[in-house]
Amino acid sequence: MRTIFERGAAEAADGIFPACDVPAKGAAAWLGAGLVRSKPPRIPNTSETTVVRHYTRLCKLNYGVDDGIYPLGSCTMKYNPKVNEDTAALPGFTDAHPGADERYVQGSLELLYELARLLQGIAGLPAVTLQPVAGAHGELTGMFLFRKYFESRGETRRTRILLPDSAHGTNPASAAVAGFSVTEIPSNARGTVDLEALRAQLNDTVAGIMLTVPNTLGIFEENILEVTRAVHEAGGLCYFDGANLNSFIGRARPGDMGADVFHFNLHKTLSTPHGGGGPGAGAVAVSKPLVDFLPVPRVVKRRDRFALDWDCPKSIGSVHSFFGNVLVAIKAYTYVLQLGDEGLRAVSDNAVLNANYLQERLKRTYVLPYDRLCKHEFVLTSEGLAKGVTTLDVAKRLIDYGIHPPTVYFPLIVHEALMIEPTETESRETLDRFAEILERIAAEAREHPELLHDAPTRAPVRRLDQTTAARNPVFTFPFEAHPA
Amino acid sequence: MRYIPNADADRQAMLREIGRSSIDELFADIPQSVIDAYRPLNLPPRSELEVFDELTRLANANEAPGRVPLLGGGVYDHYVPRAVHHLTSRSEFYTAYTPYQPEISQGTLTVMFEFQTMISELTGMEIANASMYDGATALAEAVLMAERIRKRGRIAVAANLFSHDRRVVNTYAWAAGIELVDVPFTSAGRSDLARLPEGISALVIQSPNAFGVIEALDGLKARLGDALLIVATYPLALGILEPPGAFGADIVVGEGQCLGLPMGYGGPLLGLFATKKEHLRQLPGRVSGRTVDVDGRLGYTMTAQTREQHIRREKATSNICTNSAHCALTATVYLASIGAGGLRQVALLNLEKAHYLATKIAKLRGYSLVFEGPFFNEFVVRPSDGDADALRERLEAGGFLVESSQAMADLGVPNALRLAVTERRTRAELDRVVDILGGKR
Repeated sequence: MRTIFERGAAEAADGIFPACDVPAKGAAAWLGAGLVRSKPPRIPNTSETTVVRHYTRLCKLNYGVDDGIYPLGSCTMKYNPKVNEDTAALPGFTDAHPGADERYVQGSLELLYELARLLQGIAGLPAVTLQPVAGAHGELTGMFLFRKYFESRGETRRTRILLPDSAHGTNPASAAVAGFSVTEIPSNARGTVDLEALRAQLNDTVAGIMLTVPNTLGIFEENILEVTRAVHEAGGLCYFDGANLNSFIGRARPGDMGADVFHFNLHKTLSTPHGGGGPGAGAVAVSKPLVDFLPVPRVVKRRDRFALDWDCPKSIGSVHSFFGNVLVAIKAYTYVLQLGDEGLRAVSDNAVLNANYLQERLKRTYVLPYDRLCKHEFVLTSEGLAKGVTTLDVAKRLIDYGIHPPTVYFPLIVHEALMIEPTETESRETLDRFAEILERIAAEAREHPELLHDAPTRAPVRRLDQTTAARNPVFTFPFEAHPA
Repeated sequence: MRYIPNADADRQAMLREIGRSSIDELFADIPQSVIDAYRPLNLPPRSELEVFDELTRLANANEAPGRVPLLGGGVYDHYVPRAVHHLTSRSEFYTAYTPYQPEISQGTLTVMFEFQTMISELTGMEIANASMYDGATALAEAVLMAERIRKRGRIAVAANLFSHDRRVVNTYAWAAGIELVDVPFTSAGRSDLARLPEGISALVIQSPNAFGVIEALDGLKARLGDALLIVATYPLALGILEPPGAFGADIVVGEGQCLGLPMGYGGPLLGLFATKKEHLRQLPGRVSGRTVDVDGRLGYTMTAQTREQHIRREKATSNICTNSAHCALTATVYLASIGAGGLRQVALLNLEKAHYLATKIAKLRGYSLVFEGPFFNEFVVRPSDGDADALRERLEAGGFLVESSQAMADLGVPNALRLAVTERRTRAELDRVVDILGGKR
């Protein structure tokens, strides 16, 4: 792949900015020579034609949701409605400065207030902050809230977080960054939390539990009420990772299951695009005892005006520069307004139906370690498919068929895992074709395993040497090897 | 619901296929009491047309965009070449996710690599990651990283940091049990580096700082002993300012909104994070590395992932997963569009115009610049015998947007306004500001 550094470094790039219309003295005159840049950054001066062709060529090397099914488990790669992009691009929203007086940004504030209100309703919890900007950022905010809550009660011995072994990888990392230690709780044979193992850990050193609901196997914790009750009785709090909300939105609410903190991934459940890895948005809903600890400022309504409330003395403080990813919130709000109650329920209905339909068909060809009703996703294993064939081989062969592979090697409790989440925005026809291709790959694994080992052969590049990438890290363009 | 392609007939056929009689059956694993407790939002579905009109109403309820902003403080009103928006609106970029499958993500991965290179070049550092949430969380992560490296439990922080950066650093440091020690500032608006606290893991300094003043970084690193030097910076200013890397900074962070992103009422933003190669293992966030495929062709892949949560879980150096990839794409295309030449030009326009306004204001009777230190594109003004907020009201009545004096008061600078001037401000607008201050309008 050629980079921009190898294209037209001496082209004309002028004409974007005007000539200076005030008397100019130059940087050294204003600042003194010692502060002025002595060596320009090596960023090429390139014509607009070259820039447009370069990035257009690069975008074509990508696979996005607009290209086809993107069954990446736990990531909810649903279709991103186009209208969302346009509402978030309205100049009234994009050109608002975060330091503007509240009276000049009533529209943005109203939207943030109303979206928070809708998310409260979806979560069944009394308050929401829109400040966290990613799922893991929501988790971290949740862990800060736990900490502040126990600090306010003088229960500083509560330094442990319990985590099922099926939890998202960011959960333990978030708990650790917030200063907690992590104790893993094993899953039972049905793929859910082992209640006895949980009870054995509960005491006055436990701050709480982080649950992914449904869990990363796509299985709903049938004993969810027993789990949250046990934690509450031991004086702990319950965190719900909302990455998998797509499976029960419009039908059930975390607040009714005992959640104290619940994070939304607006970029998953509420259809805002993933952007190649962000920006997302990780709104956090909380139960009553935690409301006072929410990040500052909070968006409030005072009579018919919307305002920022900075007077929150018990708050954990801020977790973002301003008010979170406002333009992402606009996309989510556009989506929820269109769907309404009926549409939200249709999301989970169809997400769960699509997943069960695929699971039922694919378990005839691939091993399904936890064979039971799933929610929005399920986990297969490539183990036993054919000798010497791995999940990585299956994934790479899918690429040859023009399909984005599922999440692989996760959750860790299933060997050679293929974690498949079709989402509600795929048609039966697409699901059938996806299943047929996975079946064909299973046959190839037995009859022509080299097709899998060599895959992909029809992508822009073939398998990349990860070992070299890690051992000889090259993170910046080697200018010295490319003299201008 | 046109985002759901299946029709009732499909659903019925699919239910038959899996031996279920209704969709409700698929939810039998959720406790009945939870299902019974569900309350709808009382939100009827609405057409795209109605929703678009409602969102347009809200956008129009924002009066800020109709006014001329003199607002800065970390987010600025910069011009973005139109081609940037056209390229970043390609759905091949925005509907993809984190490049877990490099063979079909070379677009995103090549851009990440270009971004890392540009940020390294701009900041004068050896390596940069592929982005953080925003400048404030990047700074907070820099504090955590420095503490992981030096483990002294104390970090010195310049008192003239942007308030929003400081708030986030406070939150993260509190949770990590790190003590923050304030470094006061001088009458020049610069950090008072004459007496640095002892036993610190790092010093955090911002340049240009919350007063717009450029800090004196020369020789600072040598005086810190083995404590790390963390510099938060304004990347657009680095078009003309000597970068922190040239002064030996160990970690450089910054807010990248100025590199092609809209103000967007403060989000999404773009956190920049650059450091030295020796600290690679402690670097939070994601990186794209250059490698070859089995045929020897050059390609890019996410690498150094042993630091990350999905490998090391609770031992991870950071919990960052989704970050600001698309904002980093925007910054990359912006920088590619304007080039080093355009970056220097736009930085100079900011500098010259800001100095034009500041010089004129300083000559007016009844006003003074609060700090005498060198500044880039924002500065702090005080009316000598008037009320700063009354002055703000007059400027706002004249169609400008100015920040409340509270912003400066929060930093211990009472009765003063911070004014920012970007390349978008014309001489006519700046002259109007001077006229309003001088009582001519």
